[in-house]
Amino acid sequence: MFPGSNDDRDLARGFALCGAQVELVWHKDTRLPELDGVGIPGGFSYGDYLRCGAMARFSPVMRSVVALAASGRPVLGVCNGFQILCESGLLPGALVRNRDLKFICLDTRVAVEERGIFGGELESGRELAIPVKHGEGAYVPDAERKPRVAFRYVGGSPNGSTDDIAGVVSDAGNVIGLMPHPEHAVDPLLGSTDGGVLLRAFLAAAVARREAER
Amino acid sequence: MKVRVLVSLKPGVLDAQGRAIEHATKDLGYAQVQGVRTGKQIVLDLATDDADHARALARELCEKLLANPVIEQYEILV
Repeated sequence: MFPGSNDDRDLARGFALCGAQVELVWHKDTRLPELDGVGIPGGFSYGDYLRCGAMARFSPVMRSVVALAASGRPVLGVCNGFQILCESGLLPGALVRNRDLKFICLDTRVAVEERGIFGGELESGRELAIPVKHGEGAYVPDAERKPRVAFRYVGGSPNGSTDDIAGVVSDAGNVIGLMPHPEHAVDPLLGSTDGGVLLRAFLAAAVARREAER
Repeated sequence: MKVRVLVSLKPGVLDAQGRAIEHATKDLGYAQVQGVRTGKQIVLDLATDDADHARALARELCEKLLANPVIEQYEILV
């Protein structure tokens, strides 16, 4: 949680509804508790000042997140979390202002790009109905680091993302970032439970990783 | 010494704000405006009188924090 994060409790609740035991960690904490994985929530960390996620990436907690990612454990960045992962270099590319300049708050459909993400828990081509809400979500790839695409917007991106990229995964496969909010699609009351499918897949990957480490 | 840093999007990266401003100028009747790119100015107040040292410090800050090299370029004015 960073100053300005606002979807932290939503993400925690989403994970908890899917069976996880969740700990909320403050950005100034320099040591993480023993964790099987990390979720970085959406919001407006540091007010989106300078660039979204530009200052959050230097928060003390991020050193531990980088180390956890390097150890192979899974990291999921949602929206501002995705921006922070890109700013920190854990994921390639950057997110810029939406093409039409409007803050968008929409239901979207994303398609899983390859079966390899989440350790095979989601089949390639599987479509998930998950909402987006952001002003700076247009993905721009790094000319020097071709992205491994995790999710693509079905029917075209709502924000001008290059190649309709909605989310990317690190080459090692354990760090994933996406602009849509799975934590806002875990309850039938909100119109879709596909976000729960994504979170459960992430948790299964975390469990599998923990088992593999034994 | 004060150093001015100008950060803007790299050519080729969509500058949606610049484009919106361009449309606004055309709505105002300025057909001569061929393009608009926006950026930001950051003024650094550095504890040094040495211009080279100031420039070097500013460059470090640009590389580390003030500009995202994936999408942005910067100019330092001492």
